[in-house]
Amino acid sequence: MPGTHLIRIANAQGFWGDSLEAPLEQIRRGPIDYLTLDYLAEVTMSILQKQRSRNPSAGYARDFIDMLQRGAREIIDREIKVVANAGGVNPEACCGAAAEVFKSAGLGTRVKIAAVIGDDILPRLDALLDQGIAMQNLDTGEPISSIRSRIQSANVYLGALPIAEALAKGAQIVVTGRCADAALSLGPTIHEFGWSMLDWNKLAAGMVAGHVIECGAQCTGGNCQSDWESIPDFANIGYPIIEAEPDGSFVITKHADTGGRVSAPGIIEQLLYEIGDPHSYVTPDVVVDFTSIQLAQAGPDRVRFWQIKGRPPTDSYKVSISYSAGYKAVGSLVYGWPDAYKKAKAADQIFRTRLDRLGLEFESVHTEFVGANALHGESLSGEPRAELPEVMFRVGVRGQDKASVERFTRELAPLALNGPPVVTYLTGGRPKVEEMVAYWPALVPKSMVKPEIRLWEI
Amino acid sequence: MARTVLLHEIAHARSGDKGNRSNIGLIANDPKYYSILLDQVTADKVKQHFCGICEGPVERFELPNLHALNFVLHDALDGGGTISLRTDAQGKTYSAALLRMKVEIP
Repeated sequence: MPGTHLIRIANAQGFWGDSLEAPLEQIRRGPIDYLTLDYLAEVTMSILQKQRSRNPSAGYARDFIDMLQRGAREIIDREIKVVANAGGVNPEACCGAAAEVFKSAGLGTRVKIAAVIGDDILPRLDALLDQGIAMQNLDTGEPISSIRSRIQSANVYLGALPIAEALAKGAQIVVTGRCADAALSLGPTIHEFGWSMLDWNKLAAGMVAGHVIECGAQCTGGNCQSDWESIPDFANIGYPIIEAEPDGSFVITKHADTGGRVSAPGIIEQLLYEIGDPHSYVTPDVVVDFTSIQLAQAGPDRVRFWQIKGRPPTDSYKVSISYSAGYKAVGSLVYGWPDAYKKAKAADQIFRTRLDRLGLEFESVHTEFVGANALHGESLSGEPRAELPEVMFRVGVRGQDKASVERFTRELAPLALNGPPVVTYLTGGRPKVEEMVAYWPALVPKSMVKPEIRLWEI
Repeated sequence: MARTVLLHEIAHARSGDKGNRSNIGLIANDPKYYSILLDQVTADKVKQHFCGICEGPVERFELPNLHALNFVLHDALDGGGTISLRTDAQGKTYSAALLRMKVEIP
């Protein structure tokens, strides 16, 4: 009977590029019911869309398939359910590849895989615009016509319900495209506890739990500014686990005998990470009031949450549109003692004079002096000490004219021979020209988006 | 007697990005310091503190339940994470930059 037990939901991937070992550690080091993995940063979607346009069977997170290859048998033997947004812009191809993994391991008859689709609105974009869905920029109000010809991807952030529905259909592996990061763990609680989609307080609690764990070890001591030096055994840091209860209360913890720390101060840092107005944290399923959250340390490496309040969601989904925004390149030279900072500043002057003479066109030329004041700027960092052992002169340009950006990349190296002394040119070689991808946040009515579930039975 | 300290002594913080906005969560090390944050770490002061980094307005939100404040710095990331030419393109170290602010404690 649903609704009476405690479930353990682990996160083992805070972004694509996070630890390859974390998923296996989460599976092996103790009991978990769900393994959730977040692979999709905003930048990832446009990269995946490009891959798919070159190869129709690509466009998803390959790391997920590699993880399954290593962990498939234990996932089956331990009856762990896996929920991942590894589908990128091609969840069905990702499911196909996952199915192959289980089949070739001889486990095919024992697993059901589901894809959640419907988030990718790129093919329907013109139709939606024709129907009067304006999709003006949510931050600036600009009309989408200014970027229409340069759009590379357009994905709606879906909610947790399709994930819960996929689980209800018996799926052990659920692969989504774009969805709210926290939906990966909210979906399982809706399914396990039979929560109503009108029970705003419980949905809010599930969303907060998901928000805490969605960045992996950033809630178990990683990147924590509160007493960081006393945090034990970073080398063996444990990734987070939610112990969720049917009433919406939950504990954040990690496996025993792992490094890191689950502390109230560290958890609060993560609660505030990438939020706006805490009274109205808008998600697809519920609007959460972060000022209602109650939490307390409940033993070593355990933080308990209760009394979280939510309100009905809006009638729109957020859509993240990526578009090509020109070109950029960044390069650097390192100047050494004595007078490292003075030399780096002189190099900057010389370099800019040369760029000016070439008549190149840039939207921005940006210089930093790494080691002196690059991160926090001149006014906060104070006057650099004359005896600084070295300073990196780092300079970047961006603009629409690719030829100008390319020419920039040829101008930096000569300074190693024809500028100020005690300089070393970094071994990375000439700066690379990169295409810039920018983001266009917008809204689309929920009525125009139909999430769907596709089941694979192998 | 009141003394001047860096915010770093009485609070900790974490920062991140959304588009061209940076947010900084600022948390009192002890609930007794929350009123100091409320009184002295105003949106205006934070705007001045990030002069040259944040080109837009600064909003402040209060979370008394967590003895914390959340600051949203608009137009603070040189166009946003993927466009920015800054080393800290996502404002990950702005949290520590805020902790360099001076405050008076009793």
